[in-house]
Formats: sequence, C-alpha cells, structure tokens
Amino acid sequence: MKYLILVWAGLWRKKTRTVLTMLSVVVAFLLFGLLQGINQGMNHVFQSLNVDRLYVQSRISMSDGLPISYLERIKSVPGVRAVTHWSYFGGFYQDAQNSLPVFAIDASTQFAVYPKIKIPDDQITEMQRTRTGAVVSAGIAAQYGWKIGDRIPLQTSIWTKKDGSDTYAVDVVGIMDVSAYNAGSFPAFYINYDYLDQARAFGNGSVLYYIVSIEDPRRGPEMAAAIDSLFANSGDETTTQTEQVFAQSQIKQVGDINLIANSIVGAALFTLLFLTGNTMMQSVRERIPELAVLKTLGFSDRKVVTLILLEAVFVCVVAGATGLGLARMALGSMGSLFGALSPSALVLAAGLGIAVLLAVLSGLPPAWRSTRINIVDALAVR
Amino acid sequence: MSPAIRLNGIVKTYIRGRQKMEVLHGLSLEIGQGEFVSIMGPSGSGKTSLLNLIAGLDSPTSGEIVVAGERIGKLSSARRSAWRARNIGFVFQFYNLLPVLTASRNVEVPLLLTRLTAAQRRERVAAALQLVGLADRSEHKPGELSGGQQQRVAIARALVADPAIFVCDEPTGDLDRESAEGILQLLQMLNRDQGKTIIMVTHDPLAANHATRQIYLDKGLLVVTAARAA
Repeated sequence: MKYLILVWAGLWRKKTRTVLTMLSVVVAFLLFGLLQGINQGMNHVFQSLNVDRLYVQSRISMSDGLPISYLERIKSVPGVRAVTHWSYFGGFYQDAQNSLPVFAIDASTQFAVYPKIKIPDDQITEMQRTRTGAVVSAGIAAQYGWKIGDRIPLQTSIWTKKDGSDTYAVDVVGIMDVSAYNAGSFPAFYINYDYLDQARAFGNGSVLYYIVSIEDPRRGPEMAAAIDSLFANSGDETTTQTEQVFAQSQIKQVGDINLIANSIVGAALFTLLFLTGNTMMQSVRERIPELAVLKTLGFSDRKVVTLILLEAVFVCVVAGATGLGLARMALGSMGSLFGALSPSALVLAAGLGIAVLLAVLSGLPPAWRSTRINIVDALAVR
Repeated sequence: MSPAIRLNGIVKTYIRGRQKMEVLHGLSLEIGQGEFVSIMGPSGSGKTSLLNLIAGLDSPTSGEIVVAGERIGKLSSARRSAWRARNIGFVFQFYNLLPVLTASRNVEVPLLLTRLTAAQRRERVAAALQLVGLADRSEHKPGELSGGQQQRVAIARALVADPAIFVCDEPTGDLDRESAEGILQLLQMLNRDQGKTIIMVTHDPLAANHATRQIYLDKGLLVVTAARAA
C-alpha cells in the first residue's frame, strides 16, 4: 500500500494518455460484458425451454416440411402425450412491412401441447369450430386495434390460393396471452391449418414441423430416436430434437452467437494488449531517469518491476471493472426487451481475470525494460 | 577508527562498442568517518566514476572497495540496492526529484523502503524538511520551487533515512552563488553537527573550500590530496 503514491504518480504523469488508455479498456470490457451477457441470456433462455417437447422436422431442411400423414404415426409412439403441428404462413397485414408471426395450427392439439398459453376454453372451442377462425396475442390485437368478431384480410408472401389470390380472410375468435413462452420469438397469431391447406395452390398435405409432448422428459433422446426410426429410409426422413436443441439450432441458422461474441471480444482484447502495452512502454521510456533515481535510492529491480506492473494492473483492472459495471447496467436496462440478460458472477470474475492477465502481459515488456536500466548511464543522460 | 571508505587499487574500464576506455587506473584512497571530502579535477578525469563506485552505483573492473564496512564490489544487484538505501544519501546536480510528487512525498520516497509506519514516516519527513528550512513548502511540487529550494528538498530526501555517507555530484552546479552557498552551508552543518561523511564532486573551487579535505584527480589518477586548514 505504501508504494501506492509512486504508482499513482506514475499513472498521472501524463493524465490525458492515461485517461484515453483507460477509456479504451472501458470500451473493450463494456463490449466483453455486453456480448457475454447476451450469450448468458440466450443460454438462460435455452435452459428455460421445455425438455418434454420434441420438434420433428425434415432431415433435409426445415423449410422442406413433412407430410401431414406422419401425425398419426408419431402419435402411436409409446410415451407420446400429444402431437400438434405448425406451418409457417408468412403473413402480413395491408402492407408487406406489417409482417405478422402467423402460423397455421391444429386448434384441437395446440393448447394441449402448450398449456401455458392463456386463452378461455370457449375461444378454443370457437377456433375449432370456425374454419376461418384466428387467435391473436393480446399484444398484436392491441397494436392493430383488433377485437373478437373482426374480419381481417390477411395476406401471405408464400401461399398463393388456388384462385390466384394472396389474401386469406380470417375472423378473430380469440385473444390469447403467450408471454409464458418467451414472447418475441413464440408464434402469436394462429389460423386453422385446414383452412390454409384447402385453400393453398401448392404444398397441400404438408406441415412445417410437428411438436410432440412426451410423458417423461428423461426419455427425450430415446423417443426422438424412436420417432426418427419410424421414417428412416422414407422419402421424408425426419430429425427430432428437444425444444432446447431445436431453439439453439434455429439461432445457429443466423450464426454461432457464441463464436461471434468470442471472436469480437478476442479481437478487441488482442488489440487492447498492444495498445496498453505500447502505452506502458512509452510511459516507462519517458521515465527512465526517474526510475534510475528510484534505483539509486535503493529500489531493487524487483520493486521497480512491481511498481510498473501495479500501474498496468490499475489501468486494466479499474477500467475493466468500470466497463463490466457499465455492461451490467446496460444489460439491466435492456432486460425488459430481451428477458434475463445479465453477465453472471462467473462472467464478471472472468472479465476481471482477463483484465489482470492483460495488465501482466502489457506490463511485462516495460517492466523487463526497467530491469535493463543502467543507473549510471540513465543519470548521465539527465 | 576504521575508515568510512577504503578503495584499494581500483581500476574502472568502460566498454563502448569495440572501444575500451580505462578511466581509473589503480586508484587507492581512504576517507575517514565524518570527513567532508571534495573531489575536483578536469572533465573526464574520473570524478563521477569514482563517486559512482563509492556509492555502489557501479562496480570496479578490479580492485576492492569497502564502504561502511561492506565490500560492495562483491554484492549482488539486489543486495547492493538494499545497502545503498541504508547507507548512502544522494544529492545530484539536477536534483532528480519526481516531478509529480510534492516536496514531502519526494522526501518520503527513501522511507518507503523501511519498516516505518505512515505516521513515523510523516514525522521524519517533517523533521527533514524543517532541517533544510522548507517546512512551509512541503506541499509544493518541484516545479513550484526554485532551484535552491529543489536542492534543499533533495538534501532532505538524502538525509531522511539517516545514512552515514552522503555522495553529492555537483550539488551547486545548477545554482546561483547565493543558493549554492546556502546548500554548501547545509552540507557543512550535516557534516559538522550530525557527523555525516560527505563526498562531493565539484568543479567549483569555492564549493570545494567548504570541504575538510580536497582531492584532485587527473586522467584517472589521484594527483593531490590536501586537508583544508581549520
């Protein structure tokens, strides 16, 4: 602690340079905290996903779809509680920019597989009874001012009708709350599959994927294999995954977020290593006579090395901690948008560990340089 | 009484690139405890080299140096650093204070190497600054002090850890006559009242006159050593 005044003096000898270096470190660790926080948040979302639901999709590509005839065969697998299916509609309202998360579903099974969707039973019944029925989330209904009884001309960018039209008129028969299923990515606008399938000009008799509710989550992998074996060597082989794995593979279609985050952070920290290393080296170079004076007064090489490393640690750790703190605050304020996004204690500890490592790596070359100072020569220069 | 400093057959050779340059040629010298010795001589005569060897900042190429009872030529770098901290007070021509620290913090630097508590360090610093007449400038940074005042701070830094030997390299070389006289009187006082052994390199005969013994070097050899009449 008593050497703190020397560390402090060394740091603030060139205030502007120290402040700018620290700001660079703050920004790099802010980035680190944000990206790792988002990573953590996504992992948290994945972990919160249910493992008692399996997703069955085409082995070739999800967009290829599967025959509707698979429904009964999947239902027959022992341990299956319920099966439903989704087909993407590609819908929009009035303008293509007003895209809507519309899926064609089977109303008789959808709410059994997703029991946390809040919707009155009579509205479910009405949906089953009305071929052109639609159930929308409360958020979407509020956004467009829709209410039960409204007829909506829903347009599609995919499913042209047999009559050449792209418009499907649907009647709002229910308003639901899907917030229990990670609102934002969960489908929030349902129409009846039968209505779509009978009206569309192509793709009839197919669904995008099946969602299977199973009785024992521990048997998920075994049941996935059993389902896939049903359709092995057929024209439409399947790939069955748990909801967790399925969601992760969906995200990976955009890119490996983890890899992207780590690459960005790695590049930033690598650049930072040179930046802080250069700053420290420059700082030591300018202070050679002062360091020679310290050595003259009796400071050993080891003590001078310690002083220089402490300076580097101060710059990296204080600025790194500030960056991580800012990331935590920023993620906290974004929490309402994306859910549980926050750098965990492990990420914060890893961040601080990286800051110390950065300090040591950037401080070592100038520290080593200080041990090469010849007191007599350095004092003669002055 | 054993001498404070004993040099026996000291040879110092510098190697610059392919050139070897011998600056001290088998020099032998004894300086008693409590002596105030000035070392004079033309530029390149080896004055500063001799001072650096006595202070343990450099090692002789051959010969033996015993300072404060220690054969310092044989000490490792780390042990020599610790030895310097205990035994030697340094005063340089250009003060060599740390520019971002206040006078009191500059004076405190050698005490950071001791086991003294912060309160004890503060007490010792205040006493040292009082002794050099700068108690009221303790919170000033070097840039806010005159040359003479900066040299007084440097002397306070040299004496604060209570070393037995002071080595002064042209301590008045950068000062006007009046300030120089003040510094020399301060050194005399330290020698006379506190019994410090002082070795001072100077070009200035008037400064040298403040010493109790004058040594003249020329081309790396001791040519004259004379005690000043009391």
